[in-house]
Amino acid sequence: MKIVGISGSLVGSKTRTAMNQLSKEMTEKYPDAAFTLIDLAEYTLQFSDGRNYLEYEGDTGYVTKTIMEADAIVIGTPVFQASIPAPLKNVFDLLPVNAFRDKVVSIFVTAGSAKHYLVAEQQLKPILSYMKAQLVQSFVFIEEKDFHNKEIVNDDVFFRIERLVEDTVLLTETYRKLREEKEAQYDF
Amino acid sequence: MEQYRIDPNKGLEFGLYTLGDHIPDPNTGKRISATQRIHEIIELAKLADEAGIDYFSVGESHQDYFATQAHAVVLGAIAQATKKIKIGSSSTIISTSDPVRVYENFATIDLISNGRAEIVAGRASRVGLYRLLGYDLRDYEALFEEKFDLLLKLNEEEVVNWSGNFRAPLEDAKVLPRPKNGSLPIWRAVGGTSASAMKAGYAGVPMMLAALGGPASLFKHNIDAYRETAKRSGFDPAELPVGTTGFFFAAETSQEAMREMYPYINEGMKLTNGQGFPKQAFAQAADKRNVINVGSPQEIIEKILYQHELFGHQRYLAQMDFGGMPFERLAKNIDIIGTEILPAIRKYTAKK
Repeated sequence: MKIVGISGSLVGSKTRTAMNQLSKEMTEKYPDAAFTLIDLAEYTLQFSDGRNYLEYEGDTGYVTKTIMEADAIVIGTPVFQASIPAPLKNVFDLLPVNAFRDKVVSIFVTAGSAKHYLVAEQQLKPILSYMKAQLVQSFVFIEEKDFHNKEIVNDDVFFRIERLVEDTVLLTETYRKLREEKEAQYDF
Repeated sequence: MEQYRIDPNKGLEFGLYTLGDHIPDPNTGKRISATQRIHEIIELAKLADEAGIDYFSVGESHQDYFATQAHAVVLGAIAQATKKIKIGSSSTIISTSDPVRVYENFATIDLISNGRAEIVAGRASRVGLYRLLGYDLRDYEALFEEKFDLLLKLNEEEVVNWSGNFRAPLEDAKVLPRPKNGSLPIWRAVGGTSASAMKAGYAGVPMMLAALGGPASLFKHNIDAYRETAKRSGFDPAELPVGTTGFFFAAETSQEAMREMYPYINEGMKLTNGQGFPKQAFAQAADKRNVINVGSPQEIIEKILYQHELFGHQRYLAQMDFGGMPFERLAKNIDIIGTEILPAIRKYTAKK
């Protein structure tokens, strides 16, 4: 099972801090899963120009191909101006319309204020659904006050990230089995 | 229809097209050489000609896993190797070519073939060729429109005066040689949206519509939009041929056809497009209402007639060689087309 974590911001530390925790949880709990962390802050991506994802080169090509090869994707995103950051939206724009077909996608959000709670629900999920993702319905919402000195200080966040990791893997395995069962019924 | 060399009395024309893909056979993992692939395409055209198939075309794709980038050269060889079959492109990416050179090439193919050549001009679904050939992708639309207009002008006028943004102007220019009968049928290749179909309607040129999957009724909307736009632009839709293109594979039974075809479509799409063809979607191809013509000869006949009833189109082009399909199976399909499918289609669509 290939799982990719996307840390969806070029600035700030909260999303990456939470992603580090998720990454630790994932590799400890599921050592057989191949987990790849893509922190968008570490790559220089060009804007989407409409070409097929296979035709991008360099960082852009690496990121698009790595995502397309994944069975599951965990998206970590901060909230900017009541929405997802532009670099994360650009990743979606670089991919084909049905890029997440047969892929499981789960989400955690870091935000400065509880007022942003519905951003993932109303803005990120519709994009992922349009791109045909199998969504892990519950996402993890982490606030400013859950962090201190670039560390998570709220025990509940550890538990919620743990559950997100479990749910992501569970849904990926379940969906794979269901799909294989369904496809075995076709005689071609 | 006459200027497009189509006789409506003869009913729906049946053709074959290849994108010239050069992909390992998923069942063996082996890929034939480019030499062999090109020779097999020429051989396929010969077999199609002998089987009485109406049309054979070759496309250009400038990317990995393709072998007919120089499609006009391949068509030159096909022109020499065949006798009666009409030949053309599927398609010529006019945006990244010089229309003058394209016209010279195809007029020459027309002379070699004794008046059998046509051009289908497209915009390319993949855009890697823009960089390869030195064009700016931001000019995607403008390049096509300007160059396609020029191509049409070269076809209509023997002495051309023209100026534009993407090519040096032409002053009293003669583009030679001229085609055998004065002009070539030139079609506009249209992809998924009705907006694209309407563009062909505005120009009043024949439309070749890609119909790769989904319900046939979906494509009917595009054809309606094309004809309505043509009418509003002052053209008579009854004089404008419509062609459709799509996947095709026949075997004794539909189960056999689907089993044989699926790995080629799925693996071929993965290599050329980056995503496979979902089994669930392919399973729906068995339905008569689905536009993919896979099945037993009888089922395919029924599908093509159903599509003809919906579309009222003049030409259907079948793509059966995609994904590294071995030559023996293609030859067998041509045999089935020639002996079973063509006679039935002609019987039911030709005017009596």
